[in-house]
Amino acid sequence: MTSLLWLLWVAVALLLAAVYLSWTAGRLDRMHSRIDAARAALDAQLLRRASVAQELATADILDPAASMVLYQAAHHARQADEEAREVAESELSQTLRAVFAEPGQLEAVREAPGGTEVVTELAAAVRRVPMARRFHNDSVRSTRALRRHRKVRLFRLAGHAPWPLAFEMDDEPPPVLADRTGGAAP
Amino acid sequence: MRIGIVCPYSWDVPGGVQLHIRDLAEHLLREGHEVSVLAPADDDTPLPPYAVSAGRAVAVPYNGSVARLNFGFLTAARVRRWVHDGDFDVLHIHEPATPSLSVLTCWLAQGPMVATFHTSIPRSRWLVALYPMLQSALEKISARIAVSEYARRTFVEHLGGDAVVIPNGVDVGFFADAEPRPEWQGGTIGFLGRIDEPRKGLPVLMKALPRIVAAHPDTRLLVAGRGDEEEAVAGLPEDVRDRVEFLGMVSDEDKARLLRSVDLYVAPNTGGESFGIILVEALSAGAPVLASDLDAFAQVLDGGEAGQLFANEDPDALATAAIKLLGDPERRAELRERGRRHVRRFDWSTVGADILSVYETVTDGAASVAPDERPGWRARLGLAARDVPAGKEDRPS
Repeated sequence: MTSLLWLLWVAVALLLAAVYLSWTAGRLDRMHSRIDAARAALDAQLLRRASVAQELATADILDPAASMVLYQAAHHARQADEEAREVAESELSQTLRAVFAEPGQLEAVREAPGGTEVVTELAAAVRRVPMARRFHNDSVRSTRALRRHRKVRLFRLAGHAPWPLAFEMDDEPPPVLADRTGGAAP
Repeated sequence: MRIGIVCPYSWDVPGGVQLHIRDLAEHLLREGHEVSVLAPADDDTPLPPYAVSAGRAVAVPYNGSVARLNFGFLTAARVRRWVHDGDFDVLHIHEPATPSLSVLTCWLAQGPMVATFHTSIPRSRWLVALYPMLQSALEKISARIAVSEYARRTFVEHLGGDAVVIPNGVDVGFFADAEPRPEWQGGTIGFLGRIDEPRKGLPVLMKALPRIVAAHPDTRLLVAGRGDEEEAVAGLPEDVRDRVEFLGMVSDEDKARLLRSVDLYVAPNTGGESFGIILVEALSAGAPVLASDLDAFAQVLDGGEAGQLFANEDPDALATAAIKLLGDPERRAELRERGRRHVRRFDWSTVGADILSVYETVTDGAASVAPDERPGWRARLGLAARDVPAGKEDRPS
């Protein structure tokens, strides 16, 4: 009788453990899809930024030297493969800062035909890249915290999902474009 | 864009979070979006057309005071129906770390979710105890917004994770265009806030007042806010008492006109502020601001660039700064001008665009919001196919 009762208890404990593990696996699954969505959003924002930068470089608004530098940087950012991506995107940030560091550059771009739209789009893009990156890295961080847990490692709850990596880059926008006191803000 | 906003506090009780949500909803509607706000409200409370009642909030003791909260099966069913019927592109949840409608919605929905943390979260015992449970609801949030760098810092320390900083919005034009009232002009100091709430700092200002009046005998202090007026002036000498005028509760219009009229606005708050919307309103109205050097206030005032700061809870420092400012019209004009420029970043046109950027960032390539259908035990054990909610299967991977 007692052994039967024991068996029953063990069965109940096992069942509870199984439900808990399955719930954790569901949580992990949801977190991985959140990373996927955040990464897709980040890619979209980076691509948008590079496209606007390239448009500006080819619009015959900037001087030829600045145009060439900016075109190069934007082109590299769009073409870079996964390993070189973070560096190429950081270089685009640096180039944009250098181009807009010159006093009066922003006004000069604005005055050109179609310049106001370019500035508005670029200002929106350089603001959204850090946002999207922060959301992405935030979801990476919380997923990593859960995946480091003993139960997840022991029971391989993460399956074959790759270890999530943060996206590290220099995303500091040019100061004149980030100015929210009525400057470049739409 | 179809946006669902969840307000954790009763719609019929005025408060900072409710006002923020109302202004945000109205701004988004003006921009041509579809907005629905889910909020606790009594059945007979008149609600604006965009708001949906989640039922009456129940008063329970929580965190040392009485809070009005919603919970239970009935509320859960209402939340689920709202999420289902709304078919939102994005959910915007406010204060998700409180036991309220907000955490319930986190629990019951899935899809792109944005959360705004208004107050800095105290490290309370229940938060530590319930952390694992709360965590599984909070980790569904795809983007977090903190209203100030200060709120973000405490948030990072207590809950982990990161947030973008988007300040609270103010309708700058409403305050800038208000008509000053002559009877509130001429050597006046303004104060707005609950009189009997020590954290709002009126006692500090009262202690500083005799010195200010001694230096500038024409000075009048205008106090707008609820509370016991007799008690507030009890510690003052008779002749200084006459220099204090109580206006009681004022309407939004009168608040704007008061801020437009005064020569100096004083915010002596001693703590518990995570943003300081009143400072932004005062700056919008062009009032020179003198505020205590709380982290949140220093941030709103750009480290003292857009307004003057004094050492918190120090009546002497307040009096010295106020006397100097009242005797220096040039400095006040300079502060007015700096404030006017500084305040543009808090205008709804800027703040609203930033919040929309967040919505667009999280909805890019994501399915829309849906109720979170938990798979039954058969699905969990692999005996039956999992139900895939509509729209979820085309998620990018």
